[in-house]
Amino acid sequence: MIEPSLSRDGVDGHFLQIRSIVKTYDDVVAVNDVSLDIAKGDIFALLGASGSGKSTLLRMLAGFETPNSGKIILDGEDIVSLAPYRRPINMMFQSYALFPHMTVEQNIAYGLKQDRMPKAMIADKVVQMLRLVHMEKYAKRKPEQLSGGQRQRVALARSLAKSPKLLLLDEPMGALDKKLRNRMQLEVVDIIESVGVTCVMVTHDQEEAMTMANRIAIMEEGSIVQSGTPRDIYEAPNSLQAAEFIGSMNLFRGAITVDAQDHAVIDSDEINNQLYVSYGVTTAIEDKHVVFAVRPEKTLISRDQPQGEYNWCRGVVHDIAYLGGHSVYHIRLNNGKILYSFMVNSDRFADQPTWEEQVYVYWSDDSGLVLRP
Amino acid sequence: MKQPIRFSSVMFWFGMAFLYLPMLSLVIYSFNSSRLVTVWAGWSTKWYGELFRDEGLMAAVWRSLEVAFWSANTAVCLGVLASVALTRFGRFRGRSMLHSLVAAPLVMPDVIIGLSLLLMFVSMTDVLGWPQERGLFTIWIAHATFGTAYATVVISSRLKELDRSFVEAAMDLGAAPVKAFVQITLPIIMPALVSAWLLAFTLSLDDVVIASFVSGPGATTLPIEVFSSVRLGVSPKINALATLIILIVSLVTLVAWWLSRRKLKRDKLVRS
Repeated sequence: MIEPSLSRDGVDGHFLQIRSIVKTYDDVVAVNDVSLDIAKGDIFALLGASGSGKSTLLRMLAGFETPNSGKIILDGEDIVSLAPYRRPINMMFQSYALFPHMTVEQNIAYGLKQDRMPKAMIADKVVQMLRLVHMEKYAKRKPEQLSGGQRQRVALARSLAKSPKLLLLDEPMGALDKKLRNRMQLEVVDIIESVGVTCVMVTHDQEEAMTMANRIAIMEEGSIVQSGTPRDIYEAPNSLQAAEFIGSMNLFRGAITVDAQDHAVIDSDEINNQLYVSYGVTTAIEDKHVVFAVRPEKTLISRDQPQGEYNWCRGVVHDIAYLGGHSVYHIRLNNGKILYSFMVNSDRFADQPTWEEQVYVYWSDDSGLVLRP
Repeated sequence: MKQPIRFSSVMFWFGMAFLYLPMLSLVIYSFNSSRLVTVWAGWSTKWYGELFRDEGLMAAVWRSLEVAFWSANTAVCLGVLASVALTRFGRFRGRSMLHSLVAAPLVMPDVIIGLSLLLMFVSMTDVLGWPQERGLFTIWIAHATFGTAYATVVISSRLKELDRSFVEAAMDLGAAPVKAFVQITLPIIMPALVSAWLLAFTLSLDDVVIASFVSGPGATTLPIEVFSSVRLGVSPKINALATLIILIVSLVTLVAWWLSRRKLKRDKLVRS
């Protein structure tokens, strides 16, 4: 990592330890030597595209898949050899998997019954769980008589009823529509935090991961690309993969020409002016090729030429995507390259640059990032 | 104003007549007072009385029901086991062989199944001294055999499309695999089990070819009894019996329809 980490360091970061887990199917490596530390009380998101191995990793935590090698240590105990029905771990499935022949109450009580808990205690616990997810009125309903959001609450209550040490969420919002999704994300996080259970979730939706989780790991092709707080990953991606996976980026390929302790200058064919970053880059001497990256919301647009010699360029407005809260400007440079820039619409009818107008795009010295190609 | 006669309604009534006219005439002739099946001689219910007095025929009815009941039970049990093996155990050695063996009775002509079972029973009696004679027991085995084939087709197609996360959720909540299967999978696929059972039951009740190969003295099922009595000259008693069977089947269908409609209505009421 180039920039110092912004994360709070997990002092108690050893509640769940995943050590060198490998899982292969025939010749395909699904999970390739993954190690992670998850602290008690964390909501940890595994973020990745489909086929990145995130679901396989989650299923290994639940016990439905057995790793070829590696250890999973939960609260000091290696659970790899434990059957799924003996693990102190519960999962909320993507399809919720509510038992259709049982009422909401019976669904929530199912796990408790397996533990042979006394009937009166089960009844108390079920009421308590129903209250937790605000579903008291629906105790006698069958799952098919519930809406999507209600089903999710029941599924969450069912997986929390046994007070597991670890809660797993598999694409928790996958079965909901957009509007409901935003509401349920916060509600689910509230519930999980009020219970205080450690949680590992899997999602392909970066917005969902950043909203719900306090720590994120990006997975690609079976490996962890980067893990850290949402802010870490967004503001200080450690690689091109991580930078491109979350949010959008303007990228310039180039080479380092000046590399001092407190700044670096980069020459790129893709932009007229030199690029400047206000921190030193430790380059390997033989390889000066780097990628300079700057996020669209950190760039500014003006009609006047900026001061200084670094970090600006001239172009024309190629396209404007008006999104209400902000607009995405597509600026075409002389060489045909398109830059993206966000403009916040803080004024209702401000005099903003319009199509085919000549503008300057610039950004401050500490906005850019230098990444390895 | 005269309603024009539409093609579709004509075809509808034609189809209905094609399907139900034979049964209707059978029902009407069961109330015939003549002892000749084809000659109408006024209304009477005397053949129903005769039917209940005919102990041979009534015994055959009960025997058939008994065989059908037990072979349907057996077929469903074996069908569940075969379906689980075929759909849940991945690719094991001999899987495709099991699959084709289970499906074989579906495509095999009844005559061949009957004949081969007869040969097997005869040689088993010679070699093992068991079964000592052919009768209800051998019919039960024969019917369970081909009933299993049909039951497996029905049950395995349901199991195949069943979302695996139900069983996984049960195991996740602490149920061992067998418990999860009994408490979760079986109740969810219950409708498929019921239709497999009904299918096996009906096929057994209906079968005359295989049963006539493997039955022995004193083990005459209803279809065989009817078939042989028809050869001696049809008695209107058979019409009366057939009418009763149609009545029972229609009643069962009607009740099933009414129950499912009531459930549908209740669900709608709760949801709205």
